[in-house]
Amino acid sequence: MTVEQAPNRSLQLTADGQLRHFLTLDGLDRALLTDILDTADSFIEVGERSIKKVPLLRGRTVVNLFFESSTRTRSTFELAAKRLSADVLNLDINTSATSKGESLSDTLLNLEAMASDMFVVRHSQSGAPHFIAESVTPGVAIINAGDGRHAHPTQAMLDMLTIRQHKGGFEGLKVAVVGDVLHSRVARSQIRALNELGAAEVRVIAPGTLLPRDVESLGCSVEYDMQKGMKDLDVVIMLRLQEERMEGALLPSEREFYRLYGLNQEKLALAHPECIVMHPGPINRGVEIESAVADGPQSVILDQVTNGIAIRMAVMSMAMGGQVAERNQKQAGRAQA
Amino acid sequence: MTALLDMNRLLDELEAGLREIMAARGVESPALIGIRTGGVWLADVMRKRLGLEEPYGELDISFYRDDFSRIGLNPKVMPSSLPFSTEDRDIILIDDVIMSGRTIRAAMNEIFDYGRPASIILATLVDLGARELPIQPDVTGKVLTLESHQRVKLRGPEPLHIELQETGQ
Repeated sequence: MTVEQAPNRSLQLTADGQLRHFLTLDGLDRALLTDILDTADSFIEVGERSIKKVPLLRGRTVVNLFFESSTRTRSTFELAAKRLSADVLNLDINTSATSKGESLSDTLLNLEAMASDMFVVRHSQSGAPHFIAESVTPGVAIINAGDGRHAHPTQAMLDMLTIRQHKGGFEGLKVAVVGDVLHSRVARSQIRALNELGAAEVRVIAPGTLLPRDVESLGCSVEYDMQKGMKDLDVVIMLRLQEERMEGALLPSEREFYRLYGLNQEKLALAHPECIVMHPGPINRGVEIESAVADGPQSVILDQVTNGIAIRMAVMSMAMGGQVAERNQKQAGRAQA
Repeated sequence: MTALLDMNRLLDELEAGLREIMAARGVESPALIGIRTGGVWLADVMRKRLGLEEPYGELDISFYRDDFSRIGLNPKVMPSSLPFSTEDRDIILIDDVIMSGRTIRAAMNEIFDYGRPASIILATLVDLGARELPIQPDVTGKVLTLESHQRVKLRGPEPLHIELQETGQ
C-alpha cells in the first residue's frame, strides 16, 4: 500500500492565494496554516460569548454530505456552520438518493441547483472531495471532512490549534503519532501540518503491519518500540484502531496491541513531564489508551473537540470568503471587458 | 494641517465632550470599548484621563463587516476581548475616524451579542463626514473635510499622532 497522491495546489486557492476549497494540507504553506489557526483563535472567543453566533455566512446554505457515518465531525461541522449563521442541511447519503439509484454527480447537481454555497464532504473514497471540487460543482466551496485514507485536514488543524494553545508554538517540539497509521487519514494530515509548522521531530510509533510501506516519505521517523519512542515527547497523539477497515490479520489481538502500543501511565511517564495526550476520538478505552490517561491531567482530548468547532468556523468562512471574492473579481472583469 | 491636528488638543476636546455628556446623562461608571486598532489606543488614553479603574474592551469587527460578500474575510482578524458584561451597562464606544458609519454599525451589532447595554455613547477623534448610514458620534475631537485624494490615519500608540496621507491622484 502506498501513500496516496495529493490534488494540485491551485484547485484549493484563488489566484491571489486565498482559500476557496479546503481539501488537503498539501500545498498550503506555513503562512496560510497560521492564518487558519489565528482566525480560529478569534472564533474560540465567539464560542465563549452568551450569543455564540456571528453573521458571516448569513443567508448561505451549507450541506453536510456524509457518505460515511460520523458523530463528532458532523455535529461540530453543523454547529460551526450554525454559529456562522448559515442554513445547514444534513444529508446521510447512505440512506437517501443513492439507494434509489441516483448517481453521485446527479445528487450533487441537484443540491447545487438548490443554491447551495458549500458542501462538507466525507467519503470512503480517497479523492472524492477533490473530484467534486474539480469536476462536478466548481462554484460550490468544498470542505473535506475526511476522504478514504487520504486526508482529514480539519482534524489535523484542530490538533495543531490544540498543540499551539498548550505549547505556545511548534518550535523544538517532539511529537509522536501512535497506532494505526495505515488506516488513518488523520495521521497523514497531522504529519504534513507538523512539518510545515516547524515541529522539531515527528515520529510514528506502530507495528510494521499498521504502517504504510513508504511512511518515512511523509516526513517522519519510525519507531516500533513504544518504550523507546516515548522518550522526550512533548506531544503524543494516539490514533483509533480502525478494526472496521482491517482486512486480514494485521493484529494478533486487541490485548496484545494494548500491551505493546496502548498508552498507560507507565509509558506516559517516559515522556517529558509536561507531555500532552491527544486522541481524535472516538476513544477505544483499554485498546489504545487507559482511562486514567484519557481522563488524566495531561489529556487535552476534550479541548480538541472544542477547538474543532473553531477550526471549522475558520476554514468555512475563509473558503466562502475566497469564493465570493473570486466571483466578484470575475464579474468586475466581465463588466470591464 | 499639522497645526490643526494637535493631538493633545483633540484629546482634550474628546475628554471634555465625554465628561459633559456623561454628566448630562448621569453616567457614572461607563464601560469603555475601543475598536481595533486606533480606537483601542484612544480607549487606553481616555480610561486614564477619565480616571476609570475597569479595564477597557477591545473589539475586532471583522466577523460583522457588511462587505464579506464582496471581499471575503479579513485575514488579520484578532479575537475581540471584553473583560466585562455589556448587559445593562452604559458603554462608551471609541474609534479614531468616522466616515461612512459602517464600522460603527458592525461594532454595535457585535456589542449586542455580548448582552443588551443600557446605553451607548459614541466618541470619535475625527469626523470626516461622508456618512452613508444614519449614525452620528455624540462626541468628536475635530470635524474635518478632506480633499478626495486625502486620507487620515491614526498612528500610535506611542506617540499618538494623526497622519495626513496624499494618495497622489
